[in-house]
Amino acid sequence: MKFGVVIFPGSNCEHDCFYVIESVLGKPVEYIWHQDTSVKGFDAVILPGGFAYGDYLRTGALAKFSPVMNAIADFAQKGGLVFGICNGFQILTEAGLLPGALLRNVGLKYVCRFEYLRTETTDTPFTNLLTRGQLLRIPIGHGDGNFFADADALKRIEDNGQVVFRYVDAAGQITRDANPNGSLNNIAGIVNEQRNVLGMMPHPDRSSEEILGSADGKLIFQSMVNALVTQ
Amino acid sequence: MTITDELLTQHGLTEREYQKIVSILKREPNLTELGIFSVMWSEHCSYKSSRVHLRRLPTKGPAVLQGPGENAGIVDIGDGLAVAYKIESHNHPSFIEPFQGAATGVGGILRDIFTMGARPIAAMNSLRFGPLHKQQNKRILEGVVGGIAFYGNCFGVPTVGGEIYFSDSYSQNPLVNAFALGIFEKDKIFYGRAVGVGNPVIYVGAKTGRDGIHGATMASAGFGEDAGAKRPNVQIGDPFMEKLLLEACIEAMHKGLIVGIQDMGAAGLTCSSCEMGARAGTGVELDLDAVPQREAQMSAYEIMLSESQERMLLVAAKDKESEILEVFHKWGLDAVTVGRVTNDGLLRVRQHGKVIAEIPNRALADEAPLYNRALLPPKSTLSSRLDDYTFLDGCEPAVIETFLSESKDWNALLKLAVSSPNLASRQWVWQQYDHMVQSNTIVGPGSDAAVVRVKGTRKALAMTLDGPGYRVARNPREGAKLAVAEACRNIVCSGGRPMAATNCLNFGNPEHPEVMWQFSEVVDGMSEACDFFGTPITGGNVSFYNETFGGDIYPTPVLGMVGLIEDISFVTISSFQDEGDFILLTEPVQRLVGKVDLEDERALQNFIASAIRDGLVKSAHDLNEGGLAVALAECCYSTLRRGAIGAQVEIPSHLEIRKDLFGEFSSRVLLTTRSSAALQKRAADAGLNVFELGRVGGKRLIFHYEGVQAVDIAVDELEAAWRQALPKLLS
Repeated sequence: MKFGVVIFPGSNCEHDCFYVIESVLGKPVEYIWHQDTSVKGFDAVILPGGFAYGDYLRTGALAKFSPVMNAIADFAQKGGLVFGICNGFQILTEAGLLPGALLRNVGLKYVCRFEYLRTETTDTPFTNLLTRGQLLRIPIGHGDGNFFADADALKRIEDNGQVVFRYVDAAGQITRDANPNGSLNNIAGIVNEQRNVLGMMPHPDRSSEEILGSADGKLIFQSMVNALVTQ
Repeated sequence: MTITDELLTQHGLTEREYQKIVSILKREPNLTELGIFSVMWSEHCSYKSSRVHLRRLPTKGPAVLQGPGENAGIVDIGDGLAVAYKIESHNHPSFIEPFQGAATGVGGILRDIFTMGARPIAAMNSLRFGPLHKQQNKRILEGVVGGIAFYGNCFGVPTVGGEIYFSDSYSQNPLVNAFALGIFEKDKIFYGRAVGVGNPVIYVGAKTGRDGIHGATMASAGFGEDAGAKRPNVQIGDPFMEKLLLEACIEAMHKGLIVGIQDMGAAGLTCSSCEMGARAGTGVELDLDAVPQREAQMSAYEIMLSESQERMLLVAAKDKESEILEVFHKWGLDAVTVGRVTNDGLLRVRQHGKVIAEIPNRALADEAPLYNRALLPPKSTLSSRLDDYTFLDGCEPAVIETFLSESKDWNALLKLAVSSPNLASRQWVWQQYDHMVQSNTIVGPGSDAAVVRVKGTRKALAMTLDGPGYRVARNPREGAKLAVAEACRNIVCSGGRPMAATNCLNFGNPEHPEVMWQFSEVVDGMSEACDFFGTPITGGNVSFYNETFGGDIYPTPVLGMVGLIEDISFVTISSFQDEGDFILLTEPVQRLVGKVDLEDERALQNFIASAIRDGLVKSAHDLNEGGLAVALAECCYSTLRRGAIGAQVEIPSHLEIRKDLFGEFSSRVLLTTRSSAALQKRAADAGLNVFELGRVGGKRLIFHYEGVQAVDIAVDELEAAWRQALPKLLS
């Protein structure tokens, strides 16, 4: 089993993801340079947070042209696990590996704080160790996390059970106050139709150890390991 | 061309300084040379008014690996690791253009850290603004916070803490002091030295434009009506470029390709080249035709004085030139050989095949005039009216009157205090900063000190910024000692041991003898206290000319203290933890306001440090602005790990209720514990007064005073007032 963490120019959470896989989970992991044209030998690929290409033009808009993205698209097509966190999620939507788009936060400001997420489906390789409705406390840190999809696309996402996490309050209720960025239906994370590509704005890489305030994020990475072991 | 008096004035040079230039060169300088001298001899770069005083600061200690004089100070933290850290001001640019001014302040301090080979792992900032009931100050604050967020978030350094104060004193002159700290292996330190005659001098990073020309000179004068016209002097930041620069520099360093490196900050190419040459005792020859330029037909003068951001100058080993260029090109950066190290000690600048400037490096870097300026205690000092309640400074006058009135509605006054600008929650600010990236933040914004862990060890680093402007204005020497004592106390309350510090000395016009007197007093007070606590000052920055329309700001020394937490299990936060915990107040027998007894302070800190190490302390909070009442409230607010929690306490009666609740006495700490008796005995043994005030629990904050209930308020209600105050003031 080998994880890969992609480095784009401007990525800034690659070390955090690497640390969780290597030091918290004790699993093999290597970096993947954005100019690489193959992801051969990897079983799961993580697109970390940051500001790839400085978020110039639009978040993720330039990163999708990095050579490695073709290889990742093939990898995903063949069922490989792809996990985009924050900027990684933005890149995956720009690259068309996930539906929808991430717009500017409704408050027009970057927001960094812990949020409650409700697990909406356990039928994914990223949530197989969670229970439906389980609350996770995981922080966000973004200026463009406002999930949007047109009405048809949103309906498909909801009908297919592709919504993985929603922002909720401490009681698990979907409320406007619990929505930090204006995302439609309080969506915090989604999978593709094949359910092997996950994108989420919150950072499980920042919440996989109690000392950082929460270890809930670790359950997502552990689910990936579980999926790879049992597949 | 002839150098006229008008030209000298424009360059901020005096006739006498000009004569010194002529005697160094043994000829008249040309315009480019005059420009080069003027930036290097500016107050900002040369410290010409402050150096005679700064020599008195303690700079050495067993853990200090690098003191002042390099890009940042360095201390040894064991395990083969070291940290580099520094604080620097960006006050003048932030007044003219708050967003870019603050952003490039962050960019500059980060470069200072990774220039030395350290990867920045934490940033903080200390900010001062005029009162928020004035519209212009809101705009400045929003711009500054936006700029810090823009730069730090993209770069990927967590902004883990800082401080903000409001006072009329800063209305026309905000302060933006940026701190950064980086970590590295202690045998991999890089210096700004142009060593090795014949070695290539390589320019990396952004192209040079016409922005920021004479930024350093601007920072060496006050502002008048024409401040807006100086906007073009402010640089524009590109954090993405800087992030690439960080990764490329660190990669090149680890590959052993770099022998000397310095960032191009104030005075750009001029400062980096002549300082590197002066430190190594070498000459540096530059060919400006090779310098990457953003605009056409830039003159030598413009290229040498540009302060375009995100640029570095480095010296490579002779045979490593191509490998270096390869690393930088991999990261998509410009990297060009622009010169060579020579043996003649001169900065020689060529353009279009001609020598444009030729000046001894040492003359520029080390031989700036030194001024022992006149000192005079000011005639009128600040009124003593707010001495007991300094948090009221910066409040609307009506609020101050209400607070100081005969009112005995303590519920209302407590609410008023926690929602006053200087005490209100800073969440609106810090949630715009990514304070968690790099996954090391154990204690983020809002506690006494920020704490980040050191991966691969059991250690953590605590850090805090303290700059009590009002106290220093009232008594510069005592105020400076208070700043040091408080910074150390914050580190100790977080479970750490204070190691060393960096300072940013923000003052008015040094040509005013009163300002120089304040400066001298502050240096003496700081020296005494830093010496006493064994926390040397390893570098920092002096910012003079903080004045507008002739009015000087409060003398505002900001101290950045770094402490080591030997084991992460010692990390302690300020918030109450669990129902039933005992609440203890510890303080020296001698109660002081506006000054500190260093021996008492040490007794207090030693007591707390050992109690934490022995596992007796569940929370520790330093008492400061707003006194006991406000500190108790702060401990009750909800945190990441629990909702709001109440407390029922008896307030010790010493003077009168207003002072006993809100008075700002020095050297006091609020602790909670399960082992009240043991802790009380230890405090008494240490010669401290200790009061068991009551216990944590419930959802209300209840104070009794002389047997009568004085305050009874739901913590949720108090917390809402505290949290919403700043957004309300800004809306």
